[in-house]
Amino acid sequence: MDINFVIEKFLLVTILFSISLVIAMYSTYAERKVAAFLQDRLGPDRAGPFGILQPLADGLKMFMKEEIIPSNASKWLFMVGPGLAMLCACIGTAVIPWGQDLTINGRAVPLQVTDINVGVLYLFGVVSLGVYGVMIGGWASNNKYSLLSAIRAASQNISYEVAMGLSIIALLLMTNTLSLKEIVAQQHGWHWNVLYQPLGFLIFMICSFAETNRAPFDLPECETELIGGYHTEYSSMKLGFYLFAEYINMFVSSAVMATLYFGGYNYPWMDTVAGLVSPNTAALIGTVVLFIKIFAFIFFFMWVRWTIPRFRYDQLMNLGWKGLIPLAIANIIITGIVIAVVNKF
Amino acid sequence: MKHNQPVYTDNDPQSELVTLNLGPTHPATHGVFQNVLQLDGERIVSGVSTIGYIHRAFEKIAEHRPFYQITPLTDRLNYCSSPINNMGWHMTVEKLLNIQIPKRVDYLRVIIMELARISDHIICNTIIAQDTGATTTFLYLFQFREHIYEIYEEICGARLTTNIGRIGGLERDFNDIAFAKINKFLKEFPVALREFESLLNRNRIFIDRTAGVAEVTQENALSFGWTGPLLRATGVDYDVRTSEPYSSYQDFDFEIPVGTSGDIYDRYLVRNEEMWQSVRIIEQALEKLKSEPAGIFHADVPEFYLPGKEQVYNNMEALIYHFKIVMGEIDAPKAEVYHAVEGGNGELGFYLINDGGRTPYRLHFRRPSFINYSMFAKMSEGMLLSDAIINMSSMNIIAGELDA
Repeated sequence: MDINFVIEKFLLVTILFSISLVIAMYSTYAERKVAAFLQDRLGPDRAGPFGILQPLADGLKMFMKEEIIPSNASKWLFMVGPGLAMLCACIGTAVIPWGQDLTINGRAVPLQVTDINVGVLYLFGVVSLGVYGVMIGGWASNNKYSLLSAIRAASQNISYEVAMGLSIIALLLMTNTLSLKEIVAQQHGWHWNVLYQPLGFLIFMICSFAETNRAPFDLPECETELIGGYHTEYSSMKLGFYLFAEYINMFVSSAVMATLYFGGYNYPWMDTVAGLVSPNTAALIGTVVLFIKIFAFIFFFMWVRWTIPRFRYDQLMNLGWKGLIPLAIANIIITGIVIAVVNKF
Repeated sequence: MKHNQPVYTDNDPQSELVTLNLGPTHPATHGVFQNVLQLDGERIVSGVSTIGYIHRAFEKIAEHRPFYQITPLTDRLNYCSSPINNMGWHMTVEKLLNIQIPKRVDYLRVIIMELARISDHIICNTIIAQDTGATTTFLYLFQFREHIYEIYEEICGARLTTNIGRIGGLERDFNDIAFAKINKFLKEFPVALREFESLLNRNRIFIDRTAGVAEVTQENALSFGWTGPLLRATGVDYDVRTSEPYSSYQDFDFEIPVGTSGDIYDRYLVRNEEMWQSVRIIEQALEKLKSEPAGIFHADVPEFYLPGKEQVYNNMEALIYHFKIVMGEIDAPKAEVYHAVEGGNGELGFYLINDGGRTPYRLHFRRPSFINYSMFAKMSEGMLLSDAIINMSSMNIIAGELDA
């Protein structure tokens, strides 16, 4: 194996990991600022100019807090829960193409940790594993509220994963590939999938909200009913891991939505721009564009959270099984028919 | 049931039910009271309410206090609208002592009471939204409660436990800043309330969460002694302000909104409409004040009205009356009176028996929270946990009033 390859991947993984963590950190800050903006308040403004050091202060606070493990808790699983949640949140970034290939010293350096040919399936697998962190943590706490929350989380994720998978199938019928890199490449310029799959995107987006446990699907935490739900008994950085995992999940979901439906690093007139600047600069502009899309989605996540109430447990199930899944199936059928007709003529 | 024993025991290993302690310090109880629930999954099979965590024996304390010292106790009943409690208590004593209150004082009191009603309904309605997960509406409308508290500050100096007014009137006139703040509030609040309504009234998720949940029939509501917005949501147009007008409410033109099914959505809508009506009443009161002689803020009853300190120090009669009132040497008739006001969450009654002494022989507070809450455990049977919790918030249970 080429040593350059190892260095290149190592650097990329490190950078991605740091970026995910920094974005998660500043998502907490952004969330509070967005909430303040929507609620006609100021938000955090004490730590540093405009309060931008607030996430550091919060992180420090989390580390300094006493770590409490309930005496009746299953100690080992109690510790595995947040770790698993964090791990699953972080490894989702591996298959997302962050930009076009860079050329360094004549070597093509892809801005993607690995382009596996089942990238979409990998993403689904990782996202599905994430719920184990919540379930294990909720069960191991030996608290009835946490247990209720764990049950809610499990059933919510199972029902919404089905709809999410079905909405993706319609997309895959069009793209004919599971590799995220190719899916992005197909959306070159203006050919964004959202224009061909608006319904699929809508279903996918709703399911992403459910998968990340964000409002209006934040039933597992649901502070007014379940007192924080699965992380009721957690303190210190274990609690921090759960909260962090939620924000990283939001970041990954935004990245996936941008990649699958909004063209990833593609943007209109990118060929014109590419003619004006060096290839590496053009690739980096694409990366910046991707991050702008991701931030727009993160803002949307927050906007929704601070606007609408949450569902009730049975309404959530109704929406999933009776609303989204039939719609997703109809979407597959329509897409299939259109593709067949287009191919015929 | 013995209270030193567990309500439910989980001895049966085959049992499918879970016992859940909802409270005393659950975030959704908004105070300290407990519900022990038996859950089948998320559905409540049965529940038992335990109250008394902040019982302070107010009725007993009141038996040892002269009348004017009971006002601070009433503050601590429904502390979301303490001016209404204060006024209700003053009016009860005025009824006992047969004091005629000038119209201007009545109107000033109406302004204070309607502001208090608005602040009470702001809390309850935004808490319903908050408990369904819409945090923004809660914090957005909540700042108008802050503006109301600033008005209280101008009127009496205090914010939460206001102790506004005295027996026989108010302790001081409204100053210009108070009127300016009231006018500013009347201008800004309707805009925010309209925004609040536009965010929730037609919100699909909010309607799904609240409409048809915890429906109550009129018969049930009446037989449990419900009053206030909860009763009106079932369609009974009972409001003390119109059925038994006090403080010149008969001079005002306002409507009593009623609901149809008594569900949470109806309660929410009734409270919202009452806020609009309160704004209307305050506007009318301000208009009526213009035609009243300025500067009158208490009845001319020196033997009952506690004089201001500057008079006590400079004027012999005032000093004598001050001494007599403080020492409880007032000529209170031997009588029983009941006076009720329309509080934030129902009919707030004061049943006062006086045997001619310096303190009440017996004083009973008819606390709407306590009476409304009696149905909660029964209502919760068969409900989902989430529904029971927003039902609790929509009943506007204030722990201080529940336990007294």
